[in-house]
Amino acid sequence: MTETRTAVVEREFPHPPEKLWRALTQPHLIEEWLMKNDFAPKVGHRFQLKGEWGGTLDCEVLTLEPGRALAYRWDFAHEDPAYALESVVTFTLTPTADGTRLRMEQAGFRPDQTQAYGGAHAGWKSFFDKLDDLLAKEA
Amino acid sequence: METQADLLFRALADPTRRALFERLCREGEQTVGALTATAGVSQPAVSKHLAALKAAGLVADRHEGRQTHYSPRTAALGPLADWTKDMARFWEGRFDALEDLLNRMDQ
Repeated sequence: MTETRTAVVEREFPHPPEKLWRALTQPHLIEEWLMKNDFAPKVGHRFQLKGEWGGTLDCEVLTLEPGRALAYRWDFAHEDPAYALESVVTFTLTPTADGTRLRMEQAGFRPDQTQAYGGAHAGWKSFFDKLDDLLAKEA
Repeated sequence: METQADLLFRALADPTRRALFERLCREGEQTVGALTATAGVSQPAVSKHLAALKAAGLVADRHEGRQTHYSPRTAALGPLADWTKDMARFWEGRFDALEDLLNRMDQ
């Protein structure tokens, strides 16, 4: 075992995989449900996701199987290793009778990433606190 | 400063240590000797790994004669579970937004 699985979120959407794929890979659509970005559907493409709280995630497309699977690095650089995050987000699309099952898996840390692994808890706490503040303001 | 969560994540980042901890969870209390027999590393190495697990609160030791018995303390996994929950919460929120978008998109 060289990798540690972390969070998994699954949901079934009453829409075909092709439509879901567009929402996951077209920058103007990604912006509508996730964050502002300069994504491009190309393996090796480096892009950033810009959170409304002012933070920036450094990403790189790792896997691209149209209509089926998308994976990218999801790193949050921070000078303090306690707040740095290095992870991989993988989306898997499976057709169902009524639509598509979408599975998101955010996998953490390889054994050689002990610093990020150790600091991730604090990092995400702070990340979500800021997000919560922002959402509260907009409500 | 190293927090208890740092110790926990670092302890579990090593595959040999993780395997030792998993084994204690599955099989219950074991002596160092019994753990060494199938760990694939030397007894001093196993002892060192157990010390790291103990520092992270993941195992407890009990001395009986010349033997030391180790047992798992799964409650120490709390910070890891919290962290996973945080990430899941974030993605649940994003999926709500995605659902909304899909409903507005042209077929």
